Amino acid sequence: MQLITEGLWIVAKIAMILLPLVLAVAYTTYAERKLIGYMQMRIGPNRVGPKGWLQPIADVVKLLMKEVIVPSGANKTLFLLAPILFIAPSFAAWAVVPFDAELVLADTNAGLLYLLAMTSIAVYGVIIAGWASNSRYALIGSLRSASQIVSYEIAMGFALVGVLMAGGSMNLGDIVAAQNGSALHWFWIPLFPILVIYWISGVAETNRAPFDLPEGESEIVAGFHVEYAGMAFALFFLAEYANMILISILTALFFFGGWLNPFQGIPYLEAATDWVPGTIWLLLKAAWFLFMMIWLRATFPRYRYDQIMRLGWKVFIPVTVVWLIVLTFWIKLEWGWWFDGRGIAALGGAS
Amino acid sequence: MNIETLVFYFFSAITIVAAIGVISVKNSVQAVLCLVLAFFSAAALWLLLEAEFLAITLVLVYVGAVMVLFLFVVMMLDVDFAAMKQGFTKQLPLGLLVGAGLFGAIYWVIRFEVFGNDKVPEPAKSEQGYSNVEELGRLLYSEYFYPFEIAGVILLVAIIAAISLTFRGRRDRKGQSVREQHQVLKEERLKIISMESERPVSSSDVNSESGGAS
Amino acid sequence: MSKWKHYFKSYFLTELRAGLWLTWKHLFKRKVTVQYPEENTPQSPRFRGIHALRRYPNGEERCIACKLCEAVCPAAAITIEAGPRESDGTRRTTKYEIDMFKCIYCGFCEESCPVDSIVETRIFDYHFEKRGDNILTKEQLLAIGDRYEVMIAQDKAEDAPYR
Repeated sequence: MQLITEGLWIVAKIAMILLPLVLAVAYTTYAERKLIGYMQMRIGPNRVGPKGWLQPIADVVKLLMKEVIVPSGANKTLFLLAPILFIAPSFAAWAVVPFDAELVLADTNAGLLYLLAMTSIAVYGVIIAGWASNSRYALIGSLRSASQIVSYEIAMGFALVGVLMAGGSMNLGDIVAAQNGSALHWFWIPLFPILVIYWISGVAETNRAPFDLPEGESEIVAGFHVEYAGMAFALFFLAEYANMILISILTALFFFGGWLNPFQGIPYLEAATDWVPGTIWLLLKAAWFLFMMIWLRATFPRYRYDQIMRLGWKVFIPVTVVWLIVLTFWIKLEWGWWFDGRGIAALGGAS
Repeated sequence: MNIETLVFYFFSAITIVAAIGVISVKNSVQAVLCLVLAFFSAAALWLLLEAEFLAITLVLVYVGAVMVLFLFVVMMLDVDFAAMKQGFTKQLPLGLLVGAGLFGAIYWVIRFEVFGNDKVPEPAKSEQGYSNVEELGRLLYSEYFYPFEIAGVILLVAIIAAISLTFRGRRDRKGQSVREQHQVLKEERLKIISMESERPVSSSDVNSESGGAS
Repeated sequence: MSKWKHYFKSYFLTELRAGLWLTWKHLFKRKVTVQYPEENTPQSPRFRGIHALRRYPNGEERCIACKLCEAVCPAAAITIEAGPRESDGTRRTTKYEIDMFKCIYCGFCEESCPVDSIVETRIFDYHFEKRGDNILTKEQLLAIGDRYEVMIAQDKAEDAPYR
């Protein structure tokens, strides 16, 4: 009996994360269309509901009612399995994301690693989707996507090593706790190059413009999900946007103090903003990065394939490695106020 | 039977079924996917042993990177299954013999007298605040420091050797130099000329134009 | 020197930031979208939309079945059959059809017509609901002409000085 209530409680907690997430995805698409429209001096969707607020609902209803078409010659099992394989890791990754000091589904010690693992297995959905569609464009798209994800994962992994060194833990809650103090205590200052690289790799990992080669609608129609329609396509879409939101939240957690009040340490502002819950701060910070992603898409043209590979392997990886070395000295010599009590002196004390 | 045992049997069943699938499934892509599933459920088994670091590393390295490359190769290769199955009956006795030998060897190592549930005590539950990662790191960088570093160097050598063996850079290829492309200046490629956009038509203009065209 | 400048510029993402700044400024600019069904962009009197067959003010149809439009149509969208009219024996079309899927709205038919019978109106937002609806018959074309005669006459009068 106790087992059942516990299980139900866990399911309820999962639903409490996923349902707002799906809603957030729906309105991210709306925000994206509006913002890109504004940046191109258009209005964007404004027909469904006041100011177009019901547009995402209409989109969802349309996608739900459409037929899922399986192309002839496709491997039916794998074709239908692929969207699930793509969306499962992007949802599963949310298990370790803390929304406040105590508000986390799974407070695991290997949170950082778990996130990396989840983003890396999402590539199976893409590869299988491309291969099972029995379509040339889809296969080219999935090959591009796989090589891009595998390449940028290395830069991303190295960037996360920097975060882990600075935070001294792989637990996301501890990493945020290590940034406590003020906005100047956050890791964006000592980890600035790593922040930029993590952010750009994150954009590349989610296959967003200007790294949207796998979709590349001007060359390969829609890439790996060209043969998908209806709900199967909606799952790809949902997963891509869930990944975008995840990367935004993670950037806020790793480099911008997560749920910490940005006015911490400023005499009057801190007291005045004390009532704001930490989750709100986290979501505000994440919203800014989400906006950045859309902004990037509205601004930059798509990269060429060889340029993407060059950027990942020849620029990002060397830069992160160099900064990791710099960071080692920074931490061990305790420059500044970020790494108090973690330097050489502390090491001597521990042994 | 508590829940952990149930979960254990569940995942070990999946592992075994997936492992059999790897060698019995006809479609090679599906075989690779079976192997991925086997790795995954093996990682789940490790999680049951509270080795979460190793479990996640297994997923990250094998499932996330190695098997992706495998899948790539299998998808790209056009494997001819008919040719591969040709000598099946002829080689069957030898294959069975080798298989039986291997099975015997494994059985000899993990006899139930050696292992068995009663021979090996269940590992004690780790106390609160115990960090798997920290423990591993401590062991790797103290007790096993030399083997660890030597393994790292060997891997590095292997990478360099693999690259030098397989890389035959063609000298005559006509690739673009991204560096040059990036550093090019507007002045080098583009000349802006100011022209009158419109001028009144006079008879001499018309004459000269028709003269030019003919 | 320029090489170092280049490295400096690329590692500090100078050009990317300039691009981002541009789109940021556009975010707050005035939007130029025309809200189509409610608003319309200004149209020229020469606008070439759906076709119409006109009549003289006394109700007599203009078309004399000279077949010039059929001959000039580059898409071969017009089909005409001619014959004497039963009541008075004048030469008229017995069939005048335009396949709107073939039509490329070039306006040659209008140009070639000696009696200003076939014209292209300014109506551009129309649709077909059934297969076969795309072929406009003589009756339909005349009906369009009757309905929009005021507009057509006005447009022709406006354009007349330039012809």
